[in-house]
Amino acid sequence: MPVVDLAATSRRALNAMLHALPPDTNETHWQVANPEGGHAIAAGLDAPVTVEIRGHVGYYCGGMNKRATIVVDGNAGTGVAENMMSGEIRVKGDASQSAGATGRGGLLVIEGSAAARCGISMKGIDIVVKGSIGPMSAFMAQRGNLVVFGDAGETLGDSIYEARLFVRGAVKSLGADCVEKAMGAEERGLLAGLLQRAGLYGAASPDEFRLYGSARRLYHFHVDNADAY
Amino acid sequence: MDPMPPAAHTRPRFSATFDPYTISEIQRAAATGIYDIRGGGSKRRLPHFDDLLFLGASISRYPLEGYRERCGTDVVLGTRFAKTPIRLRIPVTIAGMSFGALSAQAKEALGRGATAAGTSTTTGDGGMTREERGHSKTLVYQVLPSRYGMNPDDLRAADAVEIVVGQGAKPGGGGMLLGQKISARVAEMRDLPEGIDQRSACRHPDWTGPDDLEIKIEEIREITDWEKPIYVKVGASRPYYDTALAVKAGADVVVLDGMQGGTAATQEIFIEHVGLPILASIRPAVQALQDLGMHRKVQLVVSGGIRNGADVAKALALGADAVAIGTAALIALGDNDPRLEAEYEKLGTTAGAYDDWHEGRDPAGITTQDPALAARLDPVKAGRRLANYLAVLTLEAQTIARACGKSHLHNLEPEDLVALTIEAAAMARVPLAGTDWIPGRSSF
Ligand SMILES: Cc1cc2nc3c(=O)[nH]c(=O)nc-3n(C[C@H](O)[C@H](O)[C@H](O)COP(=O)(O)O)c2cc1C
Repeated sequence: MPVVDLAATSRRALNAMLHALPPDTNETHWQVANPEGGHAIAAGLDAPVTVEIRGHVGYYCGGMNKRATIVVDGNAGTGVAENMMSGEIRVKGDASQSAGATGRGGLLVIEGSAAARCGISMKGIDIVVKGSIGPMSAFMAQRGNLVVFGDAGETLGDSIYEARLFVRGAVKSLGADCVEKAMGAEERGLLAGLLQRAGLYGAASPDEFRLYGSARRLYHFHVDNADAY
Repeated sequence: MDPMPPAAHTRPRFSATFDPYTISEIQRAAATGIYDIRGGGSKRRLPHFDDLLFLGASISRYPLEGYRERCGTDVVLGTRFAKTPIRLRIPVTIAGMSFGALSAQAKEALGRGATAAGTSTTTGDGGMTREERGHSKTLVYQVLPSRYGMNPDDLRAADAVEIVVGQGAKPGGGGMLLGQKISARVAEMRDLPEGIDQRSACRHPDWTGPDDLEIKIEEIREITDWEKPIYVKVGASRPYYDTALAVKAGADVVVLDGMQGGTAATQEIFIEHVGLPILASIRPAVQALQDLGMHRKVQLVVSGGIRNGADVAKALALGADAVAIGTAALIALGDNDPRLEAEYEKLGTTAGAYDDWHEGRDPAGITTQDPALAARLDPVKAGRRLANYLAVLTLEAQTIARACGKSHLHNLEPEDLVALTIEAAAMARVPLAGTDWIPGRSSF
């Protein structure tokens, strides 16, 4: 297994090595030591490999990831897994702001808590947070699913489109156009599947969660047409 | 001649404050309860390039021969950090206009015309289309707050990346695309439900402030292996500081868009009342570059109401490295064509004033997603018209540069210019014509 020590090798060299991997590479398991909070570590990967990062990472770890599995054995800075397309990113500690921002696919698991704007503008990604999430999370969330075991901060799901938000704990407040919705068999099945994929099946029952989504009242501009009545 | 009214009566007198347009807007607002949304840029008279004149050659300045002597027009953008800078034959680029706002045919036509003329096109708020990538030799990929359609493959397929902080028509505002234009294809590219009135974000989702922007730029460089130039586009509002901060954040190119700059759809009140005219913005931006020792190292592209070769030459003389055009490019493709007058009338407007680009009913097939309307635009012919227009802009700018004795458009300088008004003199920091006076800089 290749081990890249960022105390001795530059981030540029690490990312260049990972970008150069052919799709059928035999080097499928990488370890990164001494990340020291560096930014954009393992950003832009596009190969079915696993990259284990032993320590804390800075901004945009695993940004725009495709296919790779990235495990952060520590905390992650702003924008972990931003715009992820596919694959999986797992943060064993906490994540800072904008975790999974604009993600279009794949799975992001945060075993600790996530700060403000978790899942902002998400576009198809699935995010599972074992702890709580900060304010303004799922702002303008378009597609995908956000599962939160703990609590959600203020204005959850403001201006939300078609994303689904499952929260087990308390929601401080809902943002504009975000409402609680009834959870049917379909949503319960979906949630069970997400918990399974996140390796958290059994950690909580789908019945303990509440579902939030769009009231769809902001989908069209309101025109009064006073003279028509 | 009207007969004189009886002395006892006055003629109807319109108010300068409540002029007929203002009154009609109040009436429209009262009837609908919604602000006016439209396309295009600021329509009111603003200090602009027309308020500047070139001095030309005289006894103390030697001109170049109009048709024979070389006057270079090429420009290289992104020389600071990128491994592969952008090389253009002419310093006029096509500004970012989204697929969604524009039809796929229009995007293709822009690519064809720009490529024939040796310049670049830019994507927009809606992602990259195959029509555009396929027909643009040099394509700039925008990273906008909405991140619609954003993906690493398109990022790598682009020749440069432009992080959009703002637009001149609406500094501080996000995009808008109304339901009529959210076709199945547009909706899919943007991960949105079909037919909704879409309002896109005005803030980037994963960075706030200049220190974060620096790290964001670093990430994009990592993902693209430091190959592509990274532009930062700002709407003109605080051009000195925005330029300085963009440079500090690591931009290769700063794109500065003045308030005359077009938009696909924005509130009229926003278009007309927020931001600075481009004339007032270029010198502060250039000053920031000079103060940082970065003029000509970080390139400056300016836009907002560029119409002819004189505008191009004036922008370059004030210190820009290139210009970008949006509205003029659409007109060259066929927008507001008088031959479509009967159809404009049906839409309650007239050729030359049509700006309801957000409604998607463009008879020219440019600002629409209606397949029947879009099919009216022949991308090959429209591309050719754009190439012709770009050639004329270049020839006109060269004509002026040669008259000023310059063997390259980039040799034009503020000393070649004077201003017709005190306002323009102050904004462009060139003397009022016939005087040595630069208001705010020298005493009369
Ligand atoms: C139809 C249309 C769509 C536009 N879409 C975008 C966009 O998606 N992103 C962007 O940064 N600017 C957009 N703009 C602004 C242009 O990039 C550019 O700043 C402006 O058009 C320049 O001014 P001009 O129209 O006077 O040439 C758009 C402009 C128009 C006319």
